[in-house]
Amino acid sequence: MAEIAKIIQEKVETYGRERKALIPILQGIVAEKNYVENQDMVSIAKALDLSAADVYGTASFYSFIENEEKGEFVIRVCKSITCEMKGKHKVLKALEDELRIKLGETTHNKKFSLVETNCLGLCDVGPAMLVNEEPYTHLTPEKIHDVISVYRNK
Amino acid sequence: MSNNKLKRADILFSSYSVAPYEILKRTMQKDKDFVINELTESGLRGRGGAGFPTGLKWKFFAQEENETKYIICNADEGEPGTFKDRKLLVEVPRKVISGMAIAAWACNAKNGIIYLRAEYNNLIPELKKEIEVFNEYAKKFNLEFNVEIYSGAGAYICGEETALIESMEGKRGEPRNKPPFPIQNGYLGKPTLVNNVETFAACSMVCRYGAAEYKSYGTSDQHGSKLFSLSGDSPKEGVHELELGMKVSDFVEEYGDGDTKAVQIGGVAGFCIPRKEFDTTIIGEGNTTGGATMIFNSTRSMYNVIHNYLDFFAEESCGQCTPCRIGTQQLLKGIEAVKSGEKPESYLDDLVKLSKTMKLTSKCGLGQSVTNSFSSIVKNFREEMIY
Repeated sequence: MAEIAKIIQEKVETYGRERKALIPILQGIVAEKNYVENQDMVSIAKALDLSAADVYGTASFYSFIENEEKGEFVIRVCKSITCEMKGKHKVLKALEDELRIKLGETTHNKKFSLVETNCLGLCDVGPAMLVNEEPYTHLTPEKIHDVISVYRNK
Repeated sequence: MSNNKLKRADILFSSYSVAPYEILKRTMQKDKDFVINELTESGLRGRGGAGFPTGLKWKFFAQEENETKYIICNADEGEPGTFKDRKLLVEVPRKVISGMAIAAWACNAKNGIIYLRAEYNNLIPELKKEIEVFNEYAKKFNLEFNVEIYSGAGAYICGEETALIESMEGKRGEPRNKPPFPIQNGYLGKPTLVNNVETFAACSMVCRYGAAEYKSYGTSDQHGSKLFSLSGDSPKEGVHELELGMKVSDFVEEYGDGDTKAVQIGGVAGFCIPRKEFDTTIIGEGNTTGGATMIFNSTRSMYNVIHNYLDFFAEESCGQCTPCRIGTQQLLKGIEAVKSGEKPESYLDDLVKLSKTMKLTSKCGLGQSVTNSFSSIVKNFREEMIY
């Protein structure tokens, strides 16, 4: 909680105690612990003098602001048409097998979450995915083990 | 090149033979009205997809008198099949920033913001360095213009300029009613100019070459060069800069894999052109100008294609207005019902009518444009929707 209060404090100093500080605060919390808990939203609401429902309404609108617990590394696989044409399904299956979770789930050790996302702007080099902010392109099922291994050891 | 009907251009990605900040410096020695007029003369239209004349937008923005005015570079390209702005920001960021700076100088604005989609967060460190470089030049040229990066939070709709502004103000990215337009009443209620990444880079190039030369690219109806993000069944995927005004058939001849069945132009919000219309359709005329082009060959199921698009629209609809929120979901359920035999073939006609109603009644471009791809796919590939 102390960290969250600190993030709120820092962003308020930068953006002012105004509504425009809201998304930077939410992003700051996601960067810290990968998701924003209900309790955090109450703290933000107090700090910015908004209703908690309003904070939730805004947070839940955006796909990069998670409000359920996520793993340390969020894997976002592009599901847009060209990545699908180039074999996204096989890549996704390889990820599910490698991580032993289904799409939408988080591993028991809270290390990885696997989700789908809309176009990543990597259509010419698909299938593509992001691991947190890092893009991976030209994916094949064979490449998945190596990519995941790097993060397993982090 | 093998196809002489397609004219390749090399303006936007050409290396900095005249440094972009040199263009800025030279431009700043001219008359502001002259520069805005040149932009109007050049025929440049917004490169994000809506195609509004850029010179006109700048002219209105310049007329707004306010101590605080914002210039926003819209780098929220979320249209499936679009990646040209990423390439510009990676390869020629100075052309983009110099375009923003020319706008700042010409229209008397001091605040610049690059609204970068969350998916491109990995570009931030390099862009920050570029902004530092710009700051040094700005100081040298006595130009007071502060550029910041604002990171988006993941929403396709925020590419729409008023939704983008709402999100910067800390709200849900729900488009506003227009008027008032952002030019008068934008970010935090201040006059705000929102242009696409490519538009700013093109502005810089118009200032470099002059309106007359820029206008000589393209045809009598469409001027200048345009970036095409090409993906799908093509051996030449990537970003291609072409003179405007080519037929789909020319494009397919150059970039197709020899077995092209359909071309989606203008991203999923654009039209799907079937083979029989390749010869009669000119890219950019009566269709959108965003430049996302996806090629499908005959192995692809067009049912899967439209299903993928509708899934996207249903997810990315902001939910604010009913026609779009419900319409996108019903179209998706509708094609599934026809496919499974639960509904008769004629139900497709009802769905097309629904999509046309969405065009008339939705608040913003998202709901209004669903019918483009939906009608064109259902009309031209009807048998694939059923069997």
